Amino acid sequence: MSVTAETTMEIAREEVSGSSRGYWHEVFRRLRRDPVAMACGTLILLLLAAVILAPWLALQDPVTGSMIQRLKPVGTPGHLLGTDELGRDMLSRLVYGGRLTLLLGLLPVLFAFAIGTALGVFAGYVGGIFNTVIMRVVDIFFAFPSILLAIAISGALGAGIVNSLVSLTIVFIPPITRVAESVTASVRSLEYVDAARISGAGPLTVVRVHVLGNVLSPIFVYATSLTSVSMILAAGLSFLGLGVRPPEPEWGLMLNTLRTAIYIDPLIAALPGVMIFLTSLCLNLLSDGLRSAMNVKD
Amino acid sequence: MTDQQGTDLNASPDRGGPAQPLVIARALKRYFPIRKGLFGRGKGAVQAVDDVSFTVRKGETLGIVGESGCGKSTTARLLVGLADIDSGDLIFDGDKLGATLTHRELWAGVQMVFQDSYASLNPRMTIEDTIAFGPKMRGVAAKQAHAAARDLLARVGLAPERFAGRYPHELSGGQRQRVNIARALAMRPRLIILDEAVSALDKSVEAQVLNLLADLKAEFGLTYVFISHDLNVVRFISDRIMVMYLGEVVEIGPVESLWKKRAHPYTAALFAAMPSMDPDNRTEVPPLAGDPPNPINPPSGCRFHTRCRFAEEVCATMKPAARPVDGEAAHMAACHVLDPRSGHTMAGAPGLETADA
Amino acid sequence: MLTYFIQRLVYVVPVSLGVSVFCFLLVHIAPGDPLTAVMPIDATAEQQAAMRAAYGFDKPLPVQFLVWLGNALTGDLGNSIATGRPVAGEVMRAVGNTLILAFAASLIGFSLGILFGFVAGYFKDTPVDRAVTALSITGVSVPNYWLGIVLVVIFSVTLGWLPSTGAGPGGSSAWKWDVEHLRFIILPAVTLSVVPMGIVARTVRALVGDILSQDFVTALAAKGMGRAGILRHVMRNVAPTTLSVVGLQLGYLLGGSILIETVFNWPGTGFLLSNAIFQRDLPLLQGTILVLALFFVFVNLLVDLVQPLVDPRIKRG
Repeated sequence: MSVTAETTMEIAREEVSGSSRGYWHEVFRRLRRDPVAMACGTLILLLLAAVILAPWLALQDPVTGSMIQRLKPVGTPGHLLGTDELGRDMLSRLVYGGRLTLLLGLLPVLFAFAIGTALGVFAGYVGGIFNTVIMRVVDIFFAFPSILLAIAISGALGAGIVNSLVSLTIVFIPPITRVAESVTASVRSLEYVDAARISGAGPLTVVRVHVLGNVLSPIFVYATSLTSVSMILAAGLSFLGLGVRPPEPEWGLMLNTLRTAIYIDPLIAALPGVMIFLTSLCLNLLSDGLRSAMNVKD
Repeated sequence: MTDQQGTDLNASPDRGGPAQPLVIARALKRYFPIRKGLFGRGKGAVQAVDDVSFTVRKGETLGIVGESGCGKSTTARLLVGLADIDSGDLIFDGDKLGATLTHRELWAGVQMVFQDSYASLNPRMTIEDTIAFGPKMRGVAAKQAHAAARDLLARVGLAPERFAGRYPHELSGGQRQRVNIARALAMRPRLIILDEAVSALDKSVEAQVLNLLADLKAEFGLTYVFISHDLNVVRFISDRIMVMYLGEVVEIGPVESLWKKRAHPYTAALFAAMPSMDPDNRTEVPPLAGDPPNPINPPSGCRFHTRCRFAEEVCATMKPAARPVDGEAAHMAACHVLDPRSGHTMAGAPGLETADA
Repeated sequence: MLTYFIQRLVYVVPVSLGVSVFCFLLVHIAPGDPLTAVMPIDATAEQQAAMRAAYGFDKPLPVQFLVWLGNALTGDLGNSIATGRPVAGEVMRAVGNTLILAFAASLIGFSLGILFGFVAGYFKDTPVDRAVTALSITGVSVPNYWLGIVLVVIFSVTLGWLPSTGAGPGGSSAWKWDVEHLRFIILPAVTLSVVPMGIVARTVRALVGDILSQDFVTALAAKGMGRAGILRHVMRNVAPTTLSVVGLQLGYLLGGSILIETVFNWPGTGFLLSNAIFQRDLPLLQGTILVLALFFVFVNLLVDLVQPLVDPRIKRG
């Protein structure tokens, strides 16, 4: 009764895609009926489009400015959102700054989602000593408030985009691992997993076909709820001088360098923060909408 | 690559002949360690199944009864290889699990239907995919597996054109249990363990599913191990009945023989608790009071002595061996009263049921 | 109950040890030689080796860790590279100010959070509820370091009501509980309180709503219990979970204050950390993180020990 790995994988893929159709259809149907989530989703998509298409949006150079054009107010012709303390166009810097802020905010959650899910599903499915080791290490990381952990790792590694990505990823692996472990352990005890085991499927196939399909969505919803925190943290690291280095535009860093300008033009100084705030608000509301849309079964 | 690619799944062949029992369970033990203390060091263990021996003959239905927590379900999980055997042997058609038989080979011959019809179906799979999954894992081509799945759906009474694409939450409990039966059948097993498989169903649905099970048994030449706490159901479907108490077998025998004479006081009490349809057939034995003792520290001697009406000193000190009831070798019970040399004052008495009346 | 307390107490040991290992390794994951800062640029190879031996960097890592741990346990966290002063003293001075700020912020955040959450949960699905929900989601979404700047713009720059930086008049860093000093704490404390307020309000609202919809509350009302009596029941049932959320947030306030202290030049651990980062003063960074993390472990322990005392359900557990 041996089946080659490829056949097994083919079967697995077919099963997962074939089975998820009904579920995701239902989730999107519910999501479409949620006006707040839809509005936030649209805003996030627009923002993503803007930062991805930034080089083609006919914006001014975000890095070089003119000293005689410093701190022009919002509405200045040619500088719709004014200029910053070095005379650089704010609109352009906000769009380009969004690139790094979103990248630094979203990528760590994505990485942590991949790593944390792998660790947590492994710990939850295999159990025993592996579970104990993984979960006790996770406990240790829970002894740090997330921002302290981010600052500790970033502070030790030094400033830089990669270091910031690394430290934020490490910050979010433990909570995602913990959630993944607990959902996996509860799915593991369900009888359909037993039924799959006695059908002769190997552990990898059982996990791929029967466990992952049922644990990924709760883990994913949890991960989306972390994106807003991650973005605030990423900008916060840059604000402390630990993330992106000048003159590269990034919202947190802009907020920091513009602090001196609050006495001259408070509106300009507040703009990068407004962007962080609005984006994080949208991410939170979208995640809430997703959470209630995915609760298909209750 | 297997030569079965593209063919239907065949039932594993009968190897030992009709005389060889399909299953021999020999002194099976399963303890669950209690994790307590700081470093998870064991502090005792739940003796879920302790020294349980029995056979399942080819083509019969063995019913297992007992209160919840008596080890019925653990026994089922041991039989199907879902729980690890701490000690003892499981011999399937002459092959010992772990020696000449792998788990994968065991699963080719034994399948299980679980109590919770909802939890035993993957909520993200259509029922056709669920039924076809196992055969595909064993090398049956997808097309054949799905065709067979639809045939089986029809066989268990669910029109494939209406049900094949549905998800578990779109079915009723009885329909889901039919799917679970079809899923087990799809593996072409010789033995199906039914662990409280009809207990959660409405009475009318339960009867339909029981009839279906009886039909399928004849059609596919199956052997059943049927676990339930409902004696009426067990009586209806079983050829033999095994009674368990606190992880041990206290009595085993053919249905008629056991119905005529409940040799073990626990069996008698269990039957007494059963609601009778016939007012003339009232039992005089008082039903059991209280909960079973803690299986972490089971009582010494006969485990039932703490709740037994006939308990004497010997019951607390010596474990009774299984003895034939009324000289009938097929009907065995483990009670000192049955052993004339045990020292029990009632030893050798004509029988408990009558002794009381 | 007693075994629970003992278990929880003993559990602190491995966690604290893990925290120490992590903090110890911080210096070792840092790129470059930790001695670069103190090593003379023209040091010869022998001088470098001597220096390394003097600091114990020539020994294997586990040995270094044990030495470091032994020192830390006796209150020696090494010396700051920037100032040369003992790290322990610097951290202890700063921790006091951070605690004062966290205390003020938790007073504001928790009382408002519990109040808002209670009101919203009690008047579920009314405009009041929606307003509180909007407020709490704003609270958890706002980057508080930015909010601090906005508050400074409004209350210091524009209105001139409150001072924008420092912890006391004339740049004093010694805290006193008087009006002059309190004026300095208002803006940073309010800023810091916004996130915990949002989270606590959200939790309490969900809890109150849940309990009010349960059968036993209906039964109490049917038995003729008045509104005040029912509220008392609700409070008793909301208290344990609220307490654990509050405890968790208290710990996060210590971490969250880092950025706020930087915004307001508050002379606490956050200010110390940002200096350590700016000057790549690794011993100072390590010491501050260790003290803050151990404090967080301690707060969590305290919450876990107190929680069963207020929880009516697990009293006999």
